[in-house]
Formats: sequence, C-alpha cells, structure tokens
Amino acid sequence: MTKFFFPLILFIVLAVFLAIGLTRDPRAVPSPLIDKPAPAFALPLLSDPGQRFDSKEMRGQVWLLNAWASWCSPCRAEHPLFVKLSRSGVVPIYGLNYKDEREKALKWLRDLGDPYVATVSDTDGRLAIDYGLYGVPETFVIDRNGVIRYKHTGPITEEALQDKILPLVKELQK
Amino acid sequence: MRRFLLVPALLLLLLWPVAIAAKEAQPLADDPVLELRVMALAENLRCLVCQNETVAGSNSDLAADLRQQIREQMKAGKSDQEINTFMTDRYGDFVLFLPPVKMTTYLLWFGPFLLLAAGFVVQYVYLKRRRDRASEQPLSETEQKRVETLLRDG
Repeated sequence: MTKFFFPLILFIVLAVFLAIGLTRDPRAVPSPLIDKPAPAFALPLLSDPGQRFDSKEMRGQVWLLNAWASWCSPCRAEHPLFVKLSRSGVVPIYGLNYKDEREKALKWLRDLGDPYVATVSDTDGRLAIDYGLYGVPETFVIDRNGVIRYKHTGPITEEALQDKILPLVKELQK
Repeated sequence: MRRFLLVPALLLLLLWPVAIAAKEAQPLADDPVLELRVMALAENLRCLVCQNETVAGSNSDLAADLRQQIREQMKAGKSDQEINTFMTDRYGDFVLFLPPVKMTTYLLWFGPFLLLAAGFVVQYVYLKRRRDRASEQPLSETEQKRVETLLRDG
C-alpha cells in the first residue's frame, strides 16, 4: 500500500508546486523600490527643453509617473486609459519619455492626446536606470512624501487601474 | 572558372546575415584593463530585458546602458561591491546571477544539501531493511525437507 502511496503524495506535492508556478508571471521582477523614496530628478521638459521639471515640486501630492516612448507599441495601447484618467482629474500624471526622439515624441502626443501635466525627456535612459526600469511602459504611484507605493510593469489595463491603482491613489489622498 | 565565382558567392551568402545584424559599435572604455573589469562584473549581472543573458553578453539597449553605467562608476573609482549594490538597489537581487546568502535564500543555497542528506537517510534505511530481510530469509522447500529428514534420521 505504502509503495503506491508515497509516489502519489510526491506527485501531488509536485503538481501543486507546478500549478502555482503556472499562475505566476516569470518575467515579473519584484521591484526593490516599493516603499522607498522615489529617486529625485530634474530633467528638461519635452515641450520646452529650456525648462526643467524638478520632482521636488511634487511633494505633498499623490502623482503617477508613466514611462513611455513613441517607439513602444504597448504604450500606445495603454495611452487612451491615461487620456481618460487625466480628464477625470483624479490624479496628476507625469510622463517620462524614455530614449526617444523629441520630434517623434511630440508628434505622438499631438496625435494621441496629451494626458501628462508635464513630460520630461530621459534621452539617455539614466533616470530610467534609477527607477529600475527594464522596459516601457511602466507606471509608478508616488505618495505625498515622495515614496513609491506601487509599480505597474507593462501597459496598464482597465482592471489594473480600477482594482489597484485608483483605490491606492484614493487611499493615499485621504 | 565557375569555381572562382562559387567561392565568393558562398562567402557572400554566409556573411550576409552578419552584415545585416551588425549594429552600431558600442562604446568601450579606452583603457582595456578597465574594460576587462567592466566585462567581468557585467558577466555576473542579469540583463533584465532578455533574462537569461548577462549584461556583458546581451545586445539589448538596456544592457548597453548598464555597461556604460558600470564603466563610468568604475572610472569614478567605485568598487565592484558598490556597483553591485547600485544595481540591486534598483533591480533587486534578481539582477545578480549569484544570489546573496540570506534568510530568504537559505532554501535555495542549502536545499540541495538537504536533499542529499535526505537521500542518504533513505538509502540507509532501505539498505538496512534489505539486510535484515536477507538474514531472516526463510528456508526454501528443499532445505526444509532436508532439515526434516536430518532431524528424523538423526
């Protein structure tokens, strides 16, 4: 009896572990930056490179930082959601234009709408490294004290927005 | 004559993909010793875009940027340890191909030894049982008969 019982148990344990493994995204990398201060930056504005946007100005506000690029097709997919969100005025969205050409980025915003209060140009991708970016799009929720509270890797979806990001923003804005 | 044409044609065919795949030359440090150090460190860092490649071996833009970061920080006199910390602060332990030994990685590091020990235990128990069984081997039918005749005749 035990002769069959033991392999059966072993098989069930293995099957359970593998099943759990299947539900997880192997490409998702847990960010060590969650609950850490958002790296400060002062970068030129996309709209006017003569001026800089300083992240210190955002103290006291909950805001979203969305990294995007005109060459990135998933960014195009999530863009309408940000346009809608910016119209609702719930939370200010700032753009981080990652390794892009200025002209192309500006055209992209003209064509698809500009949901960003301001967009900074990270032409050489240095700020992106500070934020632990490994692809675009990525979206960060930053609280009043300038602490990163949430990071969404890949294009945001209606569900991610409704179930995760917006409830968190409301919670942080209290 | 045809042979003379064939060889360059074949060569062209062979090298065609190389020519297409060739990218812009990537920045290197002027100092070859430094570049060796950069590559040695980058060899142990995971490229986050193509996760099974190293930062040294990957052609992705992010890997090139990370190599450039390493290069600049080395030029600025940072130690390998400091640069590794810079990377893990941003990308987590995941970026290291050699994860650090700590609470959450004990199972990862010592698990194989645990399994080995478990294997020894199983082996020991199995062998011991087999030996016990072997020594208790009941007599076969012919042996039994021999015993009975010996006892009767004796």
